[in-house]
Amino acid sequence: MFVEVSLKLFEGMLVTCRLFALTLLFSLPLGLLICFGSMSRIRPVKWIVKVFVWIIRGTPLMLQLIVIYYGPGLIGTWASKLLATGAASGFLIEWLATWQVFDRFFAVMVAFVINYSCYFSEIYRGGIESISRGQYEAGQVLGMTKTQIFFKIVLLQVIKRIVPPMSNEIITLVKDTSLARVVMVYEIIWNAQKFVKSDGLLWPLFYTAVYYLLFCGVLTLLFGYIEKKMSYFRS
Amino acid sequence: MPILEVKNLVKSFGKVEVLKGINFSIEKGDVLSIIGSSGSGKTTLLRCLNFLEFAEGGTISVHDKVIYDGAEKNKMSDQHIRDMRLHFGLVFQSFNLFPQYNVLKNITLAPSLLKFDTQENIEKKALELIEKVGLSDKVESYPCQLSGGQQQRVAIARALALNPDILCFDEPTSALDPELTGEVLKVIKQLAKQDTTMVIVTHEMNFAKEVSDKILFMDDGVVLQEGTPEEIFSNTENERIAAFLKNVTEY
Repeated sequence: MFVEVSLKLFEGMLVTCRLFALTLLFSLPLGLLICFGSMSRIRPVKWIVKVFVWIIRGTPLMLQLIVIYYGPGLIGTWASKLLATGAASGFLIEWLATWQVFDRFFAVMVAFVINYSCYFSEIYRGGIESISRGQYEAGQVLGMTKTQIFFKIVLLQVIKRIVPPMSNEIITLVKDTSLARVVMVYEIIWNAQKFVKSDGLLWPLFYTAVYYLLFCGVLTLLFGYIEKKMSYFRS
Repeated sequence: MPILEVKNLVKSFGKVEVLKGINFSIEKGDVLSIIGSSGSGKTTLLRCLNFLEFAEGGTISVHDKVIYDGAEKNKMSDQHIRDMRLHFGLVFQSFNLFPQYNVLKNITLAPSLLKFDTQENIEKKALELIEKVGLSDKVESYPCQLSGGQQQRVAIARALALNPDILCFDEPTSALDPELTGEVLKVIKQLAKQDTTMVIVTHEMNFAKEVSDKILFMDDGVVLQEGTPEEIFSNTENERIAAFLKNVTEY
């Protein structure tokens, strides 16, 4: 039984890992884009981005998962009804009527990417704004371009400063993946709960903690290594 | 022929007029010290010379050529601003070394990026400069391993690496422990002897007296008096300056 449970949980863990890796892959760069948006000198861009970040950070991820999974389907059904009853017509409604429910995993991934990009963007912003003006000015008086100043002087200092908050957020992501089960993505906790239902066993659920701990343990070591790698300078 | 000529420089921050028409000039190889109380506009003047701030009026000429005209301040391209900056070097009060690079890389970074010379020559020159400021044993050190005085000497070498026509100092010893100011002042003095043209904003009166060919006393955005150290320190007839000097030398 133990082996069977272990294997089933491992299967769930693979889904968890896939969600984790894909979320990071897309949200790390997207976060930088959102960060630049929220620091933009163009007022409307700045405010639209800020309101967006506020909405995403101000609502539960669980709710966002449900909205992104069920939302398009609901809109599609609603638009189809409008067309069928003749209450409305036009390109827009016809297009909306084609909307369907996303693939479960895809919907979850989209929700995670959006959610985590917003959190990352704020961490990036904090990091960039914490670099003293003197660093930019030193680059300027030495005749460097803005791009050179950002990539050759500022970036590494920003990375060093954001490693601790980023590792925090990334470790939170590992555990947040368990929310995926609300739209029936078979991640590790879902797989454990199946044993509760089918065999009346509770311990597989507790056993999932081992998987999470191992995963987070590896990440903690990795971030510790990165921090140590960059400890040769202080900024 | 003056190497640097500043005419009627005007700069405001919002409604506050910080520079109210500054005029001065210096000859090649001269050292000009700018003294005066805090808030008199000394640092702003220096920042305008390095184009970290842009004066709204007046002109800045180097080698008899107007390189900056306040009337055209919004028409300059980034490239033009960078070119103007290279006439000047600036040593900051807070050093502003790049913490992630060692001493050598701090000095070679800008010349390499600007393709000043071959990498080999850039490094050779950097090593000479490091020797000049007395840090040959610290070539591989990172800024966090250096004392304030050592960091400031690296900053001086870094500014010199781009061969500026005029080297500017913004209170170079104000952030240092008293026992570390000496080593930095010594380097500046040595540069003065080698005919480096310098503009120094400082609160070190004795140093200014000793090293300068000319002193500018600034007060409330204007040059109150311009003269030799002798004229300013010993024979000033201006009451404001006399009171200032009395305050800083007596306590």
